[in-house]
Amino acid sequence: MTEGEPLIRWDWIGSHLDEIGFRLLQHVELTAIAVTVGFIIAFVLSLLILRIPRIEGPVTWVTGTLYTIPSLALFALLIPYTGLTLLSAEIGLVSYTLLILIRNIVRGIRDVPADVIEAATGMGYDNSDRFWRVEVPLATAVIIAGVRVATISTIGLVTVTALIGQGGFGFLILIGIQRFFSTELIVGAVCSVSLAIFADAMLVLLQRRLTPWTRVAG
Amino acid sequence: MPNARGATVEFRDVTKQYADQVAVDGLSFTVPAGKICILVGPSGSGKTTSLKMVNRLIEPTSGAILIDGTDVLQEDPVQLRRRIGYVIQQVGLFPHQTIEENVGTVPRLLGWPKDRIRSRSIELLALVGLDPKRYAARYPAQLSGGERQRAGVARALAADPPVMLMDEPFGAVDPIVRDRLQAELLRIQRDQGTTVLFVTHDIDEAIRLGDRIAIMKDGKLVQYAPPGELLAHPANEFVAQFVGSDRGLKRLGLLTAGGADLDSGIERAGVDPRAPELKASTTLRDALALMLERGVQQAPVVDDNDGRYLGVLTLAKISKMLGSQA
Repeated sequence: MTEGEPLIRWDWIGSHLDEIGFRLLQHVELTAIAVTVGFIIAFVLSLLILRIPRIEGPVTWVTGTLYTIPSLALFALLIPYTGLTLLSAEIGLVSYTLLILIRNIVRGIRDVPADVIEAATGMGYDNSDRFWRVEVPLATAVIIAGVRVATISTIGLVTVTALIGQGGFGFLILIGIQRFFSTELIVGAVCSVSLAIFADAMLVLLQRRLTPWTRVAG
Repeated sequence: MPNARGATVEFRDVTKQYADQVAVDGLSFTVPAGKICILVGPSGSGKTTSLKMVNRLIEPTSGAILIDGTDVLQEDPVQLRRRIGYVIQQVGLFPHQTIEENVGTVPRLLGWPKDRIRSRSIELLALVGLDPKRYAARYPAQLSGGERQRAGVARALAADPPVMLMDEPFGAVDPIVRDRLQAELLRIQRDQGTTVLFVTHDIDEAIRLGDRIAIMKDGKLVQYAPPGELLAHPANEFVAQFVGSDRGLKRLGLLTAGGADLDSGIERAGVDPRAPELKASTTLRDALALMLERGVQQAPVVDDNDGRYLGVLTLAKISKMLGSQA
């Protein structure tokens, strides 16, 4: 940091609201695409695992391995193939959501009580009705718990994509570091954390709306 | 109340073979329409397997199960199950649906119009003793075990099934609640005329509820008879042991003072004043207990409705009825 410079220059924030707003939109967009696409892929893979349990090991191994690749390295490795693009960013971000999402979707469905399944079948639900109207609703709480973790970690990871020209608030952090300008760095970090907390709160509200029965007295 | 007409259920030489064992072995018996048939036996006797073959949750290896003459194996299992009520011990209410939605399950699957589903659900909740105003909008987690089981019965009856299967439905509730649920099942079943197949391992429950009792052992039917006959004439040592050494007393529980051979030659005024006055509907078992408690040899029996004196019940008569069964 430059000497004599205050940690935060409030006037900079006031004069850069447009910039902050733009980065916010970019951050939300990167996160929303990653979680949505990740969820769709994870759901399809989870269906396959539930149907063909022996592929669970390989799928977990692959998604687990993806999860362990350092994000800096992964984004850098993608540059030769997909360049400094949104696509590169999303390939990385989506990869990191899969492990947690698949784990929760599969667990949520498997945790549906056996007596409920038996009653549903015994009353004349066919397999697909039972899945969509009984198993998925009952798994919703566990699935959304997975979406919360995936969303929070994605919001954090989005900052790293600043290195390939994306980044949302990560862009502010990166520029702040390069210019030894603490205000921009702190604004970027605080906004990213705030966005994560806000998104998590929204998902909690969504879960409560979708699963009203989980809040009644037992 | 729309009266469902019960259907006849016939097992015809039904066998279920698993890789290493025979779960059900050549089972044949017929449950008459509108009757309660209890499948009873020790664990592993094949009673639950037999029950689940009726709605094809388990497929028989050979043989046929006919409902009103139609083999269930000829039907689409999903359609078949919508016509058969199903109640299990853990109830299996859907936690994410209100009690009203739970009860409306099968009508919804059958595509009934919404208002008809609603009125039917409300009607059934009232039938099983759950005040619709209090319970319709609740979730299963907000109900006690007994209340959940009532809701389970209501759900099974929703589409007027001609047959209802019950797999140890009262096994997980406490004895007092179980007693009430049994009484209400009898009332509802008489009212609806549904044919009921009911699995239990509790012989007392079987005797109380059954029009017919099928005693099973190692996948085979050992005896199939009304409870009174089962107690009076157990087919073999296994049945005698299974119904218990107190089967004489149990049998007295099925007979009433009014149905006994009363001595009407004795004047009401001539009966021991310490003797308890018995209503005609009192079971002989209760009558015996009361008479022993008061230390009397005889007791006057009166009509339930008008209190008219019918005659005298004596210990000697009860004893003779006990002796007559050996």
